[in-house]
Amino acid sequence: MKKASIIMIIGALLLLGLFKFPLWNIMLGAPQYPDPLGMNIHIDGIKGVSEFDLQNIDGLNHYIGMKTIPTAYEMWEFSVFPKVIFGMAMLGVIIGLLGYFGKMSYKYFLGWFLFMSVLGVLGMYDFNNWLVDYGGNLDPHAIIKVANADGTPMSYKPPLIGFKKLLNFDVTSLPHTGGYLMFIGMSLTLVAFWLGRKTSLKTTT
Amino acid sequence: MKSTLAVLGVLVAFTSCNNSGNSDKKSGALASNVAEKVYIAPGEYDSHYAFLSGGYSGNLTVYGLPSGRMFKEIPVFSQFPTSGYGYSEETKPMLNTSHGFIPWGDAHHPDISQTKGEIDGRFIFINENNTPRIAKIDLKTFETTEIIEVPNSAGNHSSSFVTENTEYVVAGTRFSVPIPQRDMPIKEYKGNFKGALSFISVAPETGEMDIKFQVLMPGFNYDLSHPGRGKSHGWFFFTTYNTEEASTLLEVNASQNDKDFIAAINWKKIEEYVNNGGGTMMPTNYAHNVYDEDTHTATSIMKKEVRVVNPSEVPGAVYFIPTPKSPHGCDVDPTGEYIVGNGKLSANLTVHSFIKMLDAIENEKFAGEAYGIPILNFEDVLAGVVEQPGLGPLHTEFDGKGNAYTTFFISSEVVKWKIGTWEVIDRKPTYYSVGHLTIPGGNSGKPQGKYMFAMNKITKDRYLPTGPEMEHSAQLYDISGDKMELLLDFPTHGEPHYAAAMEASLIKERSQKIYKLADNKHPFAAKSDDDTKVVREGKEVHIYMTTIRSHFSPDNIEGVKVGDKVYFHVTNLEQDFDVPHGFAVIGQNNSELLVMPGQTKTSVWEPKQVGVWPFYCTDFCSALHQEMQGYIRVSAADSDTPIKWSLGEDIE
Repeated sequence: MKKASIIMIIGALLLLGLFKFPLWNIMLGAPQYPDPLGMNIHIDGIKGVSEFDLQNIDGLNHYIGMKTIPTAYEMWEFSVFPKVIFGMAMLGVIIGLLGYFGKMSYKYFLGWFLFMSVLGVLGMYDFNNWLVDYGGNLDPHAIIKVANADGTPMSYKPPLIGFKKLLNFDVTSLPHTGGYLMFIGMSLTLVAFWLGRKTSLKTTT
Repeated sequence: MKSTLAVLGVLVAFTSCNNSGNSDKKSGALASNVAEKVYIAPGEYDSHYAFLSGGYSGNLTVYGLPSGRMFKEIPVFSQFPTSGYGYSEETKPMLNTSHGFIPWGDAHHPDISQTKGEIDGRFIFINENNTPRIAKIDLKTFETTEIIEVPNSAGNHSSSFVTENTEYVVAGTRFSVPIPQRDMPIKEYKGNFKGALSFISVAPETGEMDIKFQVLMPGFNYDLSHPGRGKSHGWFFFTTYNTEEASTLLEVNASQNDKDFIAAINWKKIEEYVNNGGGTMMPTNYAHNVYDEDTHTATSIMKKEVRVVNPSEVPGAVYFIPTPKSPHGCDVDPTGEYIVGNGKLSANLTVHSFIKMLDAIENEKFAGEAYGIPILNFEDVLAGVVEQPGLGPLHTEFDGKGNAYTTFFISSEVVKWKIGTWEVIDRKPTYYSVGHLTIPGGNSGKPQGKYMFAMNKITKDRYLPTGPEMEHSAQLYDISGDKMELLLDFPTHGEPHYAAAMEASLIKERSQKIYKLADNKHPFAAKSDDDTKVVREGKEVHIYMTTIRSHFSPDNIEGVKVGDKVYFHVTNLEQDFDVPHGFAVIGQNNSELLVMPGQTKTSVWEPKQVGVWPFYCTDFCSALHQEMQGYIRVSAADSDTPIKWSLGEDIE
């Protein structure tokens, strides 16, 4: 159980990687951009991969009437997400510590995992909503208007995950270091749960 | 016995003829091999940069090796309407001199800066022959950032070579002249004219140039020069011709002496003398032009004095080494031991020894003196002679593997010979009449001896004909093997004299992509659309204008009158690699502007006719480049049209 608790604590602490590393990354390459432009999505804001990437993405997007990339102050998510992540990391550490001293069951490890998963899904849902708005809520006076075959305006929504071709741009959207650390951390809490369960089964038999 | 030798000689000659014939055929049959050696697949990079002087174009061209593709022409001494260099308000001061604004130059010998005897790829220096100047190009931006005029000099030809830590870039005069200049009969040249050799210090960090001192030498012609390196670091060697001191019909009168000199200058000794207050400050007048990368603006300052040193003031600092027949190139091998005097009218190639020179000096073995400067004995200093290598030797470069390569103008060939044994190893024809040759890392302790290219003076039939006037031609050789192999002909721009070349990596990594707008300190910069405005100051109108894909701001301007002097200050707001915008307005009497991201440039426009006149972007910047345009309304001189400007709405 001690081992399981330590893994639980490590898993929860890995969430803190999000304060240093981006959660997600979207890269935009094109014939004119052999070095692709890119945005890193941190829990507290969106940053360019290179110094002037955001400015250059906005500059290009003005042709198709997209809004500029929001600053940290323009979206409530960027003030709430850090608090949630920090809170969940601390909660995980506390659960782990209590488990370590035998004050709490390993089952809470799974509880933490499920709670975090729900929050994660909600976060992804929110993120996707923003992508839909960002890619689809276009200036009606845009310089370039592209319509789908059915006559509806084309959406420039980047993919939530994976690859998509948007006009001349190849857009790739994938988790980044912070995101991977979070996934590893969450997986570790599952391992902690499984290990805790194994030990408790052993001790009971 | 003698006749046998003669026959053998003839046989050898024939065999070598056959050999060269065979190898030519071979290279024909295996031409695809040669093609592979110069083929750079689309999107791939050349391994070397080559910087070829433009000669009478006044500029410097950038090439890739081994492909021979030209990448850029860097404006240096000549106005360049393509970018607005020398036309824009910011760059006009770059071409200021004591003779006023000079729109043109004759650029000869580029040389890359060095650290510890190795080229470091920070700066490249180049001389202007006609109105003596030395320019510095920053290889971060590939822009000319400094030009210093050289007073007391005329025909600034034995320039612009750097010492092994870029302590100095050295500029020697070709013509001797009265110093100071004065009205005097030309026939009183002898004994009265002087030749100034200028040592221009280079600040280690900024690279800022300053004339530290000038050595006032006897009135010979100082043709070319090179620094000592390694053991001979601290010395500089200059070839001379016209030691006869003729002022007319030099082709005959300057070819009378059997030997001219190589002047050996111990600059460390003179530097020490100067640092202790030696020399004389002489009143003069010369321009020092510096381009500031933050203000994107050049300033020209006239300097009023220069420190001159007479060789007789510093005993033991200057010696003459007799060298046959009007030597041209003066080349020092990578170890610093051998000084090659390429006597252009001599049948042989003379190589002097630095150690022997020091020994002769130590033992005071002098053959005499000229104007108080000791002359050493030819034999005492001689290291060896390359016998009968060809006709008209001009320049020698080294591969760092113990071999030297000398160009022969008259016999039109490059000859490879071995340092120490002085034997000829190989010879290859050039097409035609080669001047300089370049091996990457040439003037340094560490040549990068893979390629060599010859810069030829005569083109004739090498390319599709283009009428009487043709560009000059260069030839690239692979010198990695025992024998040189001709790989490629490539046309060059202007008349390249010398070139500097080096492996690409150092420069490539540092090459700047944009200028940061945040660092732009131009007094008339508009850093956002909010900063744009039009301001009248009497008859001057200043337009603070911005460009970004795909519009000017403002793009409608009114209130300008005939007789006004209109300054278009154009700031490119882009911060994206390779997105310049151009600016042209109808009837512009200077040139367009090509403004790099983050940069501000200014064009003056003096409207002479009432009307509504267009301006537009000259660089195909974006899909809506054709829409990137605007109008400026010009009213009569006595009208009262108010100053107004707008973007995206009608002027009210």
